[in-house]
Amino acid sequence: MALAVKSGGRDAIKRRALLSRAVFLVPGLTYITAFMLIPLGFIIVYTFLSRGTYGGIEFIFTFENYTRALDSLYVGVLVKSILIASAATLLAFVIGFPVAYAITKLPTNRQNILLVLIVLPFWTNFLIRTYAWIVLLNTQGFLNKGLINLGLISQPFELLYKPSAIVLGLLYAYIPLMILPIYSSLVRIDPAMKEAAINLGATPAQAFRQITLPLALPGVLIGAIFVFVPSVGNFIVPELLGGGKTIMVGNLIRDQFLKARDWPFGSVMALSMVIMLCALFFIQARVNRRVLGDARA
Amino acid sequence: MRISRTAVAATAIAGLLLGLTACSSSDSGATALDPNADLSKQTLTVSNWAAYYPEDLATKFKEKFGTSVTITNHATNEEIMAKLTAGGDSGIDVAFVSGQFAQALAAQGLIENLDKSLIPNEANLVPEAAQLSYDKGNKYSMPYSWGTTGICYRSDLMKGNEPTSWNDLLMPKPQYKGKVTMLATERWLMLPAQKALGYSINTQDEAQMGKVKDLLVKAKSNLLAYDDTTFYDRLVSGEAVMVEAWDGWCNYGIAKNKNIKFVVPKEGSDLWADTMVVLKTSKNKEAAHAFINYILDKDIQSWVVDNILYKVPNKPAMDKSLPALIGDYPNMGITPAELLKGEGIVDLGKASALYTRIATEVTAK
Amino acid sequence: MSFNKSDAPFTWTGFSTKWYSVLVNSPNIIEGFKNTLIVAVVTTIISLALGTLLAIGLARYQKSSALEAVALTPAIFPDLALAIGLLALFTSLHLTLGLHSVIISHALFCMAFVTAIVRGRLAQIDSSLEEAAQDLGDTPIGTFFRVTLPSIKPALIAGGLLAFTLSLDEFVIAFFTDGPSTPTLPIVIYSMVRFGVSPEINALATVVLLISALIVTIAQRNVKVQDQI
Repeated sequence: MALAVKSGGRDAIKRRALLSRAVFLVPGLTYITAFMLIPLGFIIVYTFLSRGTYGGIEFIFTFENYTRALDSLYVGVLVKSILIASAATLLAFVIGFPVAYAITKLPTNRQNILLVLIVLPFWTNFLIRTYAWIVLLNTQGFLNKGLINLGLISQPFELLYKPSAIVLGLLYAYIPLMILPIYSSLVRIDPAMKEAAINLGATPAQAFRQITLPLALPGVLIGAIFVFVPSVGNFIVPELLGGGKTIMVGNLIRDQFLKARDWPFGSVMALSMVIMLCALFFIQARVNRRVLGDARA
Repeated sequence: MRISRTAVAATAIAGLLLGLTACSSSDSGATALDPNADLSKQTLTVSNWAAYYPEDLATKFKEKFGTSVTITNHATNEEIMAKLTAGGDSGIDVAFVSGQFAQALAAQGLIENLDKSLIPNEANLVPEAAQLSYDKGNKYSMPYSWGTTGICYRSDLMKGNEPTSWNDLLMPKPQYKGKVTMLATERWLMLPAQKALGYSINTQDEAQMGKVKDLLVKAKSNLLAYDDTTFYDRLVSGEAVMVEAWDGWCNYGIAKNKNIKFVVPKEGSDLWADTMVVLKTSKNKEAAHAFINYILDKDIQSWVVDNILYKVPNKPAMDKSLPALIGDYPNMGITPAELLKGEGIVDLGKASALYTRIATEVTAK
Repeated sequence: MSFNKSDAPFTWTGFSTKWYSVLVNSPNIIEGFKNTLIVAVVTTIISLALGTLLAIGLARYQKSSALEAVALTPAIFPDLALAIGLLALFTSLHLTLGLHSVIISHALFCMAFVTAIVRGRLAQIDSSLEEAAQDLGDTPIGTFFRVTLPSIKPALIAGGLLAFTLSLDEFVIAFFTDGPSTPTLPIVIYSMVRFGVSPEINALATVVLLISALIVTIAQRNVKVQDQI
């Protein structure tokens, strides 16, 4: 490749620019196309196929998978999943935002340590972390035994094997993903803006509401997506902490693929999750544009 | 997002075209196995449940035959079935699956008919072992362990109210509510209700299954959890007083707490068996047969009994191990004849979708 | 909230390292560990390479928010949907499942994270250095190696470490795309954890935790040093 500047004129430069662009963009984009978009295509195609007698797929075109999915049983599972995931996300925000905010107020070297501490549980295996909650919360577990020994309660609390336990498990699993983006956003806010507002007569509360909060919003939205999406598709937490008594869409998909071996139907469920993701993306982009537009005004 | 949408459309078409050109993996008729094959040149990959086999099984086999063995684990039948039926070579030579799944594998042409000349230890099996309904005569599977399902309970916490019927589990007395678990695996989830209502555990009748579902939904409100794996620990800790359990598993609980007892309810129960099968895609079929034969050896299977506290349909092995165990673990003494009174579990073919749907409905409510 | 159940395992008689030696002698766990390491290392290499290229391409050569969105989507794509999509792709291609299929799958979402981190760093860096290099006669490839890469080194380290740790602990995608004879460590743990948490698992968790903590500490040191340069 003779790409010396001196040779050729504008054509050579254009060609070189095109080549460079290709070198950088093509490998990554091809990989994504091959291994994310094409699989997505497969899922979409599968939703229109039929299940073979012993599982897998048969090339018989049908809409039946979609009509089945609209059955109240499955819609119910989807709705329940969204509710549980939303609860976890909301709690993650309510707890995570103050935590992130508090960290930004600390001296810089302490900040790093705390961030590491927050992320640290993440490095323990997810399954083990979830199991730890079972050990802790079951009727014969540490929490109940401790409370009984202290004489605070006489009968153990039944904390596990309910939807609330699932919310707790999801919250604990994904809250670092809420804290980090919020922290990122908060840290990037120019303190001069707040000072200016206060100098112009705003109270700290007003400055917080009108400057800090809107500017932190992109981080909050990203955090929300980072918590909601893995929560809604999780099948391990409902299985372990929900006692198998509550199933979410993740369990449904897993069961369809591994137990019932009904790939077409499982694909419809999986597609619903992808659609949810797109919807969230869309909402996030819209809210970002609107709120940030106002804040910058 | 516009770009990715066109890409999605294009790739969907590509996916369809790709799928259409997929050839079905057909395997030609069985080639005769060579009884004098050099086993040290073969390797084996075996898939079994964790802690369901002697720890040094692989090492001992290699010492004896020179074959390198890798044992991997699967947590459930469904998991290994998914991998084996996905198409292509799974890399597994021998798989341990429950009987009805061996039947399904055979129906899909995925497992070998066993060459009995390479499995002389089959003679160790009790005659009843040839009457297992999922594979009469053990043409394509060899039973590894067998037993039945019943209620495992804390006799000290249930004095005077010991369970005798499946209804005791499904509709427990008020003081036991919330302290009961049932098995999560579909077939065994249905079993208590099916037996309580007097139906076959292999029924495909939709009306009957509808009633089963209603009973299970009612029972759910009394449950602590659906649990396949830690139910005996819950008994030991007292978190539960009554659980649906496989007999061998109950023995794990009994080992930790002598107050735990096992009973087969009066309505009857199942006969399940875990089996060994050889995959058609295996390139080490002689070693695979040697492995199965090795397991059926009286000393090896006696070891299995001693360590996993399950019954095996192997006469010399049971003769060797039973005397020491029967005192502590009475259910080890259930004879093959008695076991055969249980209903054999068979594959449901097309009807399995019905069972999955009902299981979903029960767990989703 | 750094709730950590992987405390040093206790036997009934008191503190002991007995369970760690059980770990070391357990062939399944060693196998799982080995497989996971292989996957994580190769995944990191692939995702660093592709992700960095992509980030630079997006930052300097093609400013398109649509493409940026596509590049970052694998990071938040529902892992279950991704897992089964990939499984569908692999099975229809009659690809034998194994560590290679896990690597391909992991590299996909790890790459998105690398792209995000490197992209973020590139946004902060002035492109004038690169433009100067080009004006002085350097080729784009040369500029890439002599100017761009050194300036994004902290991001590369951070991205690589993130990719490594993400792959190390990833369960769902591996569960669906792995072959049955080559389990990764999370898959081995899943088989074991179904039976309740035993002391060996606690020991294992502690080991993995310490390794990850070590990696993070090295990362911190490195990044700080780089910032000072």
